[in-house]
Amino acid sequence: MTKKMSYSDAINDAIRLAMHKDENVVLIGEDVAGGAEVDHLQDKGAWGGVFGVTKGMVEEFGRNRVFDTPIAEAGYMGAAVSAAATGLRPISELMFNDFIGSCLDEVMNQAAKFRYMFGGKARVPLTIRTIDGAGFNAAAQHSQSLYALFTHIPGLKVAVPSTPYDMKGLLLSAIFDDDPVIVFEDKTLYGKKGEVDEGFYTIPLGKAEIKRIGKDLTIIGIGKQVHTALKAADRLAEKGFEAEVIDPRTLSPLDEETMIHSVKKTGRLIIVDEAYPRCSAATDIAAIVGEKAFDYLDTPIKRVTAPHSPVPFSPSLEKLYLPSPEKIIEAFSEMVGEKVFTAV
Amino acid sequence: MPAETKKSSRMMTKEKAKWIYKKMQEIRQFENAVHDIFAKGEIPGFVHLYAGEEAVAVGVCAHLTDQDSITSTHRGHGHCIAKGCDIDGMMAEIFGRATGLCKGKGGSMHIADVSKGMLGANGIVGAGFPLAIGAGMTAKVKKTDHVAVSFFGDGASNHGTFHEAINMAAIWKLPVIFVCENNGFGEASTFEYASACEHVSDFAKAYRIVGENVDGRDLVAVFEAAGRAVERARRGEGPTILECVTYRNYGHFEGDTQTYKTKEVQEQALKEDDAILRFQNYALENQLLTKEELNKVNDDVKAEIDHAIAFSKDSPFPDASQLTKDVYVSY
Ligand SMILES: Cc1ncc(C[n+]2csc(CCOP(=O)(O)OP(=O)(O)O)c2C)c(N)n1
Repeated sequence: MTKKMSYSDAINDAIRLAMHKDENVVLIGEDVAGGAEVDHLQDKGAWGGVFGVTKGMVEEFGRNRVFDTPIAEAGYMGAAVSAAATGLRPISELMFNDFIGSCLDEVMNQAAKFRYMFGGKARVPLTIRTIDGAGFNAAAQHSQSLYALFTHIPGLKVAVPSTPYDMKGLLLSAIFDDDPVIVFEDKTLYGKKGEVDEGFYTIPLGKAEIKRIGKDLTIIGIGKQVHTALKAADRLAEKGFEAEVIDPRTLSPLDEETMIHSVKKTGRLIIVDEAYPRCSAATDIAAIVGEKAFDYLDTPIKRVTAPHSPVPFSPSLEKLYLPSPEKIIEAFSEMVGEKVFTAV
Repeated sequence: MPAETKKSSRMMTKEKAKWIYKKMQEIRQFENAVHDIFAKGEIPGFVHLYAGEEAVAVGVCAHLTDQDSITSTHRGHGHCIAKGCDIDGMMAEIFGRATGLCKGKGGSMHIADVSKGMLGANGIVGAGFPLAIGAGMTAKVKKTDHVAVSFFGDGASNHGTFHEAINMAAIWKLPVIFVCENNGFGEASTFEYASACEHVSDFAKAYRIVGENVDGRDLVAVFEAAGRAVERARRGEGPTILECVTYRNYGHFEGDTQTYKTKEVQEQALKEDDAILRFQNYALENQLLTKEELNKVNDDVKAEIDHAIAFSKDSPFPDASQLTKDVYVSY
């Protein structure tokens, strides 16, 4: 049985199922309940997070499993790491991924390294949920897409779901995985609807999905840029070019096989990533494909990314900042040496 | 404030009362206008309004010059106005226009004007504390008598940077004033819930510095306490925590339904305890300002805000060349 639901509801559904399934699953973060200790609310009508994603959790599971924290990221993230190591399975919300500056040590040096440093004798079954993405005019400190930062660090797993279905399955995998996993929620996708299976299911971490089949070009999209890639593919199809669109779904582990297999078939690769271009997911994937499938490439790999600058506030600039179907088509035109559309 | 010697800064003169009243009105009318325009969908992004808290920013900045620095928060419009940022430039920034103080690149949460000592509204809670002590270090190293003020919310006092910065300011006797705007909430969480302390100013005892707790809607109380703190800092006697108990008239951000507030509390705050009404009464009773003068300020400010809105709407959006400019200093 499937049900149409939003990306945001898919997250809510996954957390609820996980909390029912295992009483060690707890939710921690700033205003994840919201309105803590406001008597007249009696935990009803509480915020449920700044975007209302965790609404209803505190009513259903109570204050002993749903913790509103003070604004103290280093404190509660560190607590979540060690709660995970000592028997809980916390879901810790870092409201915006941009706030990682306040608690990077807890994630990078503690959560990520416990298992290795302790000779395999510790497990940190921690899930970090965090909001990323530009397109909301939220400016330089609330719009970044920092998944590459975490992908860089051994010991962390990184998921970048692009649809409600993927979100639910990947989040449930993350929660029940015994390693720390960080799941990125693109704020512009919260309202996006899609078919989602009812009940409990998981999508394995490290398994890409081919979102569209094609033979002329491979486009790999990261997070919400999968949708930009699909739009570009539709336009290219009008001109007789069939693009294959791949969503890696997780950046760590990375499903190299699916991507390389596709490139071997198409001979062309464009990677679409709205993050900064240097040391990014796009750059990483380009290096891997260049190393492992060079002989199959007809043209150099192209990356369609943000420029190497912070996310601007003004709508006029933010629009230019982000990847677009037009930019993808332009990149493809350069690859084939002709303008695919006379005016894009 | 300009055109005044630092020595006389603690006296509530007629001239000062007028400056104070005007700044309070500017903030209130600016924020009310932004509230209305945001509701019409003409302003992009996240907006956090300062209305209700005017007495804090104005009462403190009344003692500062352009050479003194302040750090601000996500709720920064009031600090910007009190520190003398250009109102047209602020409004245009919020509208994302090229004529904005930050060329439209920063928006509401990042309005700044370093030439006025305004080191930026800030999207990161807790970021302002260390930035303020850095400005204090500059003053100490250069042997000026400049001070730095860090405005912050009650919620931010639970962030580690608060304690790291205060401790350093205390051991190095830096000229920094930590001004807490305790409006009872951090987003939807109450101060009582999120903080184990009774007063944020209580931390002063642990760090062996001066702490004061005042009614933050009583302009005169804030003005006097801030005057003492600024004087101590200028004399090299180190930092102060000044906690001002206040109220935010609007929600945490524009669009917040504020279910965590009750109607009674909101009405009481807007009608009886309002900082501007209280300062009006004070100014009239003490013959600092007449009714006519108050009305004239109200009208002047209205014209000023209307001008800022028209200016913003007439201004162009930044062009594509701005996308990659200002990332690094270019030589
Ligand atoms: C490091 C960091 N954590 C969380 C947030 C999200 N956030 C923005 S404002 C805010 C509440 C701040 O409360 P307070 O300091 O009391 O200031 P107020 O909003 O009441 O003025 C929170 C949690 C943030 N911007 N930065």
